[in-house]
Amino acid sequence: MASIRVKAKVKDGVAQVKCLMKHEMETGTRKDQKSGELVPAHYITEVTAELNGQVVMQANWGPAVSKNPYFAFSFKGANAGDTLVISWVDNKGEKASTETVLS
Amino acid sequence: MLTTRRLILKAALAGAALAALPRTLLAWPEAAFTSDSADKAMQELFGSTATTASDAITLTAPDIAENGAVVPVTVATSLEGVESIGIIVSENPSPLAASFDLTADAVPEVSTRIKMGKTSDVVAVVKANGKLYSTSKNVKVTIGGCGG
Repeated sequence: MASIRVKAKVKDGVAQVKCLMKHEMETGTRKDQKSGELVPAHYITEVTAELNGQVVMQANWGPAVSKNPYFAFSFKGANAGDTLVISWVDNKGEKASTETVLS
Repeated sequence: MLTTRRLILKAALAGAALAALPRTLLAWPEAAFTSDSADKAMQELFGSTATTASDAITLTAPDIAENGAVVPVTVATSLEGVESIGIIVSENPSPLAASFDLTADAVPEVSTRIKMGKTSDVVAVVKANGKLYSTSKNVKVTIGGCGG
């Protein structure tokens, strides 16, 4: 499942990364409109960015991050051709990751 | 009795599985994310609530958010030696929205989109060289983002 879309650009050794993840990000406090029951919490807890296998940035999220989360960041020491892996884990233990080659 | 024992065993196994995962940075700070006040969240996340107001932190957020479910927030700072950045929405049921652990290579600027239940102060906390700095901004919310 292509659940992470990554756009990355390297300029003067600095990589600018923008990602969009597909996730419900349920808070656990919302009620189902039909049944009136609480919708169980389901949200991404950790997002990790690795450059050539080295972690450059880790995000810890709570349910207050919007549905289909957007995350932009940048880091130094990047070169064209480097491999950037973005991955997430949610509170149910589901995972996703995407590999991007920097250009 | 039996069920409890099985549950404990299950929990222990799950814990062991988690611990076996390669972890280079800190684990997800559950206590901080479940805290119901901004101060408690700060205490859990950074171990202190004492922050210095700093104009070296730029918190970009709208003055008025029409839709509380999607509020774009950017935190950037010119401080050196940034270790982590936290985004706290004081009036949310669980005020801590997100925190970011930065390595030396990371540029101290992050953008994301958060949910806000109602009008509140948004606080950006930056930990740099072991010290805490913060800046805040009031964001007015016209439609809450917690599904109410």
